[in-house]
Amino acid sequence: MTMPAPTRASTPTSEGYNFAYLDEQTKRMIRRAILKAVAIPGYQVPFAGREMPLPYGWGTGGIQVTAAVIGPKDVLKVIDQGADDTTNAVSIRRFFARTAGVATTEATREATLIQTRHRIPELPLNERQILVYQVPIPEPLRWMEPRETETRKMHALEEYGVMHVKLYEDIARFGRIATSYNYPVRVDGRYLMSPSPTPKFDNPKMDRMAALQLFGAGREKRIYAVPPYTEVKSLDFDDHPFEVQSWDQPCALCGATDSYLDEVITDDRGGRMFVCSDTDHCRRRRDAQEEAAQ
Amino acid sequence: MTTPASLPATGQATAEPPRAPLPADLPEDGLLAVRDLTVRYGRRLGCAEVTFDLWPGEVLGIVGESGSGKTTLLNALTGRVAIDGGRRLYAVPADDGGGWVDLDTLSEPKRRLLMRRDWGIVHQHPRDGLRLAVSAGANIGEPLMALGARHYGDIRSQALGWLDKVEIAPERIDDLPRTFSGGMQQRLQIARNLVTGPRLVFMDEPTGGLDVSVQARLLDLVRGLVDEMGLAAVIVTHDLAVARLLAHRLMVMKEGRVVESGLTDQVLDDPHHPYTQLLVSSVLQV
Repeated sequence: MTMPAPTRASTPTSEGYNFAYLDEQTKRMIRRAILKAVAIPGYQVPFAGREMPLPYGWGTGGIQVTAAVIGPKDVLKVIDQGADDTTNAVSIRRFFARTAGVATTEATREATLIQTRHRIPELPLNERQILVYQVPIPEPLRWMEPRETETRKMHALEEYGVMHVKLYEDIARFGRIATSYNYPVRVDGRYLMSPSPTPKFDNPKMDRMAALQLFGAGREKRIYAVPPYTEVKSLDFDDHPFEVQSWDQPCALCGATDSYLDEVITDDRGGRMFVCSDTDHCRRRRDAQEEAAQ
Repeated sequence: MTTPASLPATGQATAEPPRAPLPADLPEDGLLAVRDLTVRYGRRLGCAEVTFDLWPGEVLGIVGESGSGKTTLLNALTGRVAIDGGRRLYAVPADDGGGWVDLDTLSEPKRRLLMRRDWGIVHQHPRDGLRLAVSAGANIGEPLMALGARHYGDIRSQALGWLDKVEIAPERIDDLPRTFSGGMQQRLQIARNLVTGPRLVFMDEPTGGLDVSVQARLLDLVRGLVDEMGLAAVIVTHDLAVARLLAHRLMVMKEGRVVESGLTDQVLDDPHHPYTQLLVSSVLQV
């Protein structure tokens, strides 16, 4: 079996670590899992997840997938809740800057590899980009069926009817499908998949996305994937079709009406504003507005 | 009613284990046939060499004292315990091709689909058969959704219809089953099992743990539904009064074996086996 040439360690900035922290054997093992995941869209492939120098729940799955696919020429962007400057994003970006010596960026357009938690960038991604998700609970059926042996069987036999019970409960209680994040999807008409805790606002972006989407769950040691241009359909009822969130005001900073907005509390007297959750998107729009004004 | 999902096309013939020839004595118009069914728990016997046939619309009662193997037999029939010997055969409906299939050599997807669509299982404890964390409506709707119903309004109206049939007030549709009384939970469980229009229902002590007036109402309800829907049922009970009210035929079990079987009246009014005589004479006459 011919393996690709080992990734060349290009003057790592941290002494004593292999390129991108993981050893080459581990990366191969993860790449094999990724190849299988890409071959069976939406199927959860088990892999021998390693201990990483950060706690479970902080992105150990995503970071291992990133380490396995990153190359010296990659430009890395890390998103946490849409922002590039939050703790998780800053520390993972610095981790790869130090262990792999790769270039990092906050601009979606420049990045070749994007690791994300909770958001998909507003800017449509292209074929040369890879999106890596951090996943806390990969099993979408877990809420209805606690037994792992049973959920595997349900996936194998496509017994997905029970997933609609959760949506039924939403409508019965709130009059609409109130599930707003981690909204279950069907990939390529076959596997039921959890899109990780991204808001359902981002679900339509996953459908036929040009970029490769990889999902890594560190605690549960599962990898799954959506290859480029694959159909991703959100579950719904015939008389309650899938719909995304909307806001009755634009972003307070850039005026965008088509992006996902975060509510920010500005004082202790009830002051609040709605701003783009995707900080790069917001900044790009404001820069463009300034340029146009000059 | 939703249209029942059809069986998936037969897969590669190589995927299924070689079939033993069907027994020669299968009734032509039967529904379920069991031959020499045996279950062992290690060296102890669960039930041994149980043989019976069941016809559409017929209610078979299985009676016997605690530990006589009644529930083991029911669990073996519904595939929840592995069997150590014997055959379980089921006659698939005519619109699925008809004919007898051996449940132990049927492929798993087909067996699970059959059980979801054609069978219902009413557990002794409602909490085993209900999802306590979701509303009554969702509990009734789940089997429909499992068979492909995707219209919220339809599912809801069927759930309301069934709540009415089992005498639960319609405004309780969005309440959690844990806020229901034991009798209501049991009726909800029955509704959940019958909503898909099954052909065969298994009931394990359906009236266990209910007070007598509630028992009477539940029995009336079950008897009415069985008549109305032309259901076949296998009912396990230790209560001979329940057996007399519901069952057309009885099997009496003792130490894992069937010691006597026949028409209900015949078994209860003219018991032959000493154990059946003991059982019948132990009932308090009020």
